[in-house]
Amino acid sequence: MPNKNNLFTDAISDAFVQSMQKNKNVIIMGEGVTDPKGIFNTTCEALKRFGPQRVIETPVSENAMTGIQIGMSLLGKKSIFIHARVDFSLLAFDQLINNASKWHFMYGGTMNIPIVIRLIIGRGWGQGPQHSQSLESVFSHFPGLKVVVPSTAHDCKGLMISSIFDKNPVVFIEHRWLHNYSSNYSKKFYKISLNDSIGLKKKGKDLTILSSSIMLIESLKVEKILKKFGISLEILDLRVLRPLNLKKLFTSIKKTKNFLFVDNGWKSFGVGSEIFANILEKKLILKNTPVRLACKNFPTPSSHYLNKDYYVTVKDICLEVCKILSVKKSTQKKIIIQCDKILSKVPHDLPDLNFKGPF
Amino acid sequence: MLNLFGLARIRVIEKEIAREYQKREMRCPIHLSIGQEAIPVGVSKSLNTKDYIVSTHRCHAHYIAKGGSIQKLISELYGKEDGACKGIGGSMHLHDKSINHLCSIPIVGGSIPIGVGIGYALKLKNKKNVSVIYFGDAATEEGVFFESLHFAALKKLPVIFVCEDNKYSVYTSINARQGNRSLKKIVESLNIKFINTLNNNVNDIEQKTLQARSYAISNGPVFIYSKTYRHLEHCGPNNDDDLKYRPKKEIDYWLKRDPIIIEIQKLKKIKRFNENKYLDFCNSVRKEIITSFVNAKKSKPFTFSKLSKLEYAK
Ligand SMILES: Cc1ncc(C[n+]2csc(CCOP(=O)(O)OP(=O)(O)O)c2C)c(N)n1
Ligand SMILES: [Mg+2]
Repeated sequence: MPNKNNLFTDAISDAFVQSMQKNKNVIIMGEGVTDPKGIFNTTCEALKRFGPQRVIETPVSENAMTGIQIGMSLLGKKSIFIHARVDFSLLAFDQLINNASKWHFMYGGTMNIPIVIRLIIGRGWGQGPQHSQSLESVFSHFPGLKVVVPSTAHDCKGLMISSIFDKNPVVFIEHRWLHNYSSNYSKKFYKISLNDSIGLKKKGKDLTILSSSIMLIESLKVEKILKKFGISLEILDLRVLRPLNLKKLFTSIKKTKNFLFVDNGWKSFGVGSEIFANILEKKLILKNTPVRLACKNFPTPSSHYLNKDYYVTVKDICLEVCKILSVKKSTQKKIIIQCDKILSKVPHDLPDLNFKGPF
Repeated sequence: MLNLFGLARIRVIEKEIAREYQKREMRCPIHLSIGQEAIPVGVSKSLNTKDYIVSTHRCHAHYIAKGGSIQKLISELYGKEDGACKGIGGSMHLHDKSINHLCSIPIVGGSIPIGVGIGYALKLKNKKNVSVIYFGDAATEEGVFFESLHFAALKKLPVIFVCEDNKYSVYTSINARQGNRSLKKIVESLNIKFINTLNNNVNDIEQKTLQARSYAISNGPVFIYSKTYRHLEHCGPNNDDDLKYRPKKEIDYWLKRDPIIIEIQKLKKIKRFNENKYLDFCNSVRKEIITSFVNAKKSKPFTFSKLSKLEYAK
């Protein structure tokens, strides 16, 4: 059961409030930031404390609002613009990619754009093709952007504070299903460096799993299951995609010599593709062929009948690990029973049994 | 003769750039402002030095009229380190922070929301300054144009939108692109004050911008609409009238209403035109720009190996 004050969303709210206290130029903007739900209860506290002058409701004009953010940042305002879904931010690609990402470079280093674009990946309850895209690999393609994909409340808060005070445009992508997870985090003001791409979440020796966001949470569940069967997984959290620093991954693979990547999005030209290319270039020797798991290579269908097998599940991950490590068939059967038990507890299109929205 | 000098300064610089460009040493596109000088000269003259401007691909005149460094402009065209963007941005990204010309963006419409953002920051900071946004007639066809006007009006921002209608987007006439819609109605429907100006008349544009400026600071956005005409091709140093995309009658009409001719006629009428002074002034600008060419050719390009360090601000 989630602990009431340690939710992922509380961590974001904390990061906002503390950053706004530290620096009066920090402001929040977006569609719905002042509404009763306050972007999944992440902007309510900031609104209460700092008012609508600093938590600013905007028209539904994504591209212009991003340009406005850039213009404001030229005069010292540090704004966080929130899109309740990643998908909406595609309307702001001109301003984000043509302007924000290359501003510092293009103007010869005379200016910089310290803004945050906070995006939420949707999933479940029929979100469908245009409300559930995991586009972090797309954003990570562009020089000049920083791309952050947190998975735990602790990381989320520290990374958000770093993002707000970074001198560059930061795309901060969180998964809707992380919101109700709780984990301990400090109530103090703290930062986690954006130069440190990877967090070590579990030490292990047989195989390295690298993943981000909600898939990191799934990978941690897998670690727990397989530990009971004597399989020791090392779980790494890829929390900053750009700038990408894979040192910890290389060290881990040198030790385990087995590798599995679990993607939140599609496989082709995805985050995993970049990771695999880096491993190749590093000439790392693996015992077994590394594997990428990802969503099916088509848009998300809305119907719960049709999206049941769309996402990677703990069972998929367990089976893949078994395959890579040639785990005995009899053990595999027991693992499958465990997985099925876990999966049957919650319908596949909900993050938890009590989930009733908002979406 | 101050306004005439303002116009002539841009004209001479642009003409010298066009001449020197033929040597193919400035290896980047240029969108010259010859024929369109009245708008930036009139606008800049009524601005406070602390007011902001943002511009487009056709940014030379805006930059010069606001007081941007000529050396930085020329060195940028030559791709040198002492250029406005160290040679990285090129001719379409002129800016000079010291005069509050913060950016030029060659994505049509791209700088409009940036200027609105500057206006919003000015308002939030209680500054009594305006943000001036220059754009061409084609930018009014972009979605971001609507979004930006919409927001500026909603928040009553101290923004002056300056639409320079030279009737063309590259080779395509405004009639083919806009039919007979009314820009004025579009703007006014958003509760933005619309001001028309006398074509290429620097004094009129100055007076109207002065009004616009105080209105914008106390009431919210103003839209200044000004017809004008470019003498040369869309991009490059030459005349392209041989392509015949613009009717001869139209060209002749506008050449007779060149902003410099209009200004000289007016000065002559009131017996204030001193030809010698005018020619001396043009010569002094010519000298200045030729020195800039010499300096730019001598200066160094930015170091390639340092480029990757510019990806992020530290
Ligand atoms: C978004 C976008 N679409 C198309 C172009 C290609 N383009 C460059 S300049 C230009 C004409 C713009 O016309 P206008 O805004 O009237 O400015 P002018 O060149 O007449 O000063 C076009 C279409 C572009 N740069 N950006
Ligand atoms: Mg035009």
